[in-house]
Amino acid sequence: MKSDTRRLGSAFLLFFIPVILWLLLLVVLPHLELLRLSFTGNGRPGEVGFSLDNYMAFFKEPIYWLTFVRTAMYAILVTVLVTAIALPVSFYITKLVKVRAAGFLMVLLLVPFWVSELIRVYGWIILLRESGVLNRLLVSIGLFTEPVEMLYNDITMVMGLVYTSMLFMVIPVIGVMEDLDDSLIEAAHDLGASRLAIWRTIIIPHCTPGIVSGGIIVFMLVLGSYLTPNLMGGKNSLWFTEQIYNQIILYFNWNQGAAFGFLLLVLSSLIIWVLLKLTGQNLKEVVK
Amino acid sequence: MIRSLRNSKPYITGFRLFIIAYFVFLFAPLVITMILAFNDSMYPSLPWEGFTLDWFFGNGPKKYGIFHDQANLRAIGTSFRVAVAVTILSTFLGTCAAFLFEQHDFRFKNALYFLMIAPLVIPGVILGISILMFANSIGLTLEALTGLYVEFLGPGFWLIVLGQSSFISTIVALVVIARLRKFDRTLEEAAYNLGASQGQVLWYITLRYLRPAIIGGAAMAFLMSFENFNTTIFLVGSQATLPINLYLQVRDGSTPVINAISFLLITGVSILAVLNLSKGNKPVA
Repeated sequence: MKSDTRRLGSAFLLFFIPVILWLLLLVVLPHLELLRLSFTGNGRPGEVGFSLDNYMAFFKEPIYWLTFVRTAMYAILVTVLVTAIALPVSFYITKLVKVRAAGFLMVLLLVPFWVSELIRVYGWIILLRESGVLNRLLVSIGLFTEPVEMLYNDITMVMGLVYTSMLFMVIPVIGVMEDLDDSLIEAAHDLGASRLAIWRTIIIPHCTPGIVSGGIIVFMLVLGSYLTPNLMGGKNSLWFTEQIYNQIILYFNWNQGAAFGFLLLVLSSLIIWVLLKLTGQNLKEVVK
Repeated sequence: MIRSLRNSKPYITGFRLFIIAYFVFLFAPLVITMILAFNDSMYPSLPWEGFTLDWFFGNGPKKYGIFHDQANLRAIGTSFRVAVAVTILSTFLGTCAAFLFEQHDFRFKNALYFLMIAPLVIPGVILGISILMFANSIGLTLEALTGLYVEFLGPGFWLIVLGQSSFISTIVALVVIARLRKFDRTLEEAAYNLGASQGQVLWYITLRYLRPAIIGGAAMAFLMSFENFNTTIFLVGSQATLPINLYLQVRDGSTPVINAISFLLITGVSILAVLNLSKGNKPVA
């Protein structure tokens, strides 16, 4: 028995050491460093003690906090839109279409999910821009008299964000909807429940875990998105990740960038926490 | 309402139209991108000027196809090397984590598990900047102490690999954990009773059983690394990876050579997706 514990002991260390190094060096310490730099002033070398300047700058400059609020609001809007589209799509695939076709549709759903965000956004750019494919088609069939710039506005940007994050909602929702017993819906239907009542009292409550895990991933991805707002929203996109990028890459003001990064991290953790509390889930279950 | 119940015709037709619209929305940008890779034009737009393969094989003077486009080829090479390194590192870390959390009990296990899944809910941009800042601070401290400049800690290849592995390892871990959970541990005990050493049990029994999950996780790691933008943008040095290089080209005006690259990537990825799905690996979101 003694050799048994020693055997397990060495195996334990074999697995424990790489994992703890990974989590310490690549997750915990970098974020502590981010926090430390965000509280470090930008004075001349030598006077770089504790300072709240970076956070004060955030609250004093309306462009910063307005961008922050705008980003949060749009991220919530996109998450709601994505949920509203994902529910009927998942319902059709799991409950309505013939079982044979469902497998094929699943593969079709997944292919764009494997293609990089940049290529998907590029596709929308060549479709929608002033000299783009859609304008060309609409003018040639006489619907438009001259091309219209369809890129670089908020509606297109939101559509792009819905597009790029869509599948992270569809996959978990399909996962939970597959487990929903058809006979529950049949019973409700036989007892005279309306479609709306079936959705409200059976389907949506059953799918809540899937919606929450999809919602967390979608919200986090949209909040931290850079490519889609930058390329589809253009100069007016005012996305908070662009402020972080500007501070770090353009102005080389790392401490300010660290403060912005930390604020974004707090916002995303806070909203995820609220979502988990409201629905009584925990993170461990949700990411599975 | 559902397939086992009788549904009215308008209900089914309406639903079907919605699904068709959804798939058109999903595929329109990809299909248009792929078609325009073959348009004999200097711009990725209509009108259709005729079919050409110049954006793949053209070698000047006007059109340089992807196979003669040195900058993009170099970026593809960089992305490939980064992806190989990330795949090796994160497959190793993810598999270790799977064993640690599935087969061992220790103090603070839940806290550590929470830390491991945290990178999934931290925006990639923030992972990128915090790793950049941390590596830079260590580099500065080392330089002050020893006078040596450690190139490894500056933006560049290794920092990209570390930054991407910080969250890709988590994804591999979740894939491997899902399979390890179903593992029958009496198989290990049987092997020990028959005189196998610990290493033999790990190699011949447990890892053999986990192989599909490890391969699936590694494939996913490779793809996620190859396509990563948000974390990489802050860690990139003088050698751009493919997504960074493509981003700069798309932002500053593009030629159909990007369509040609997209065509190759979409085709490659679709083949990979079909292969992976036919093996029965469930994708993780």
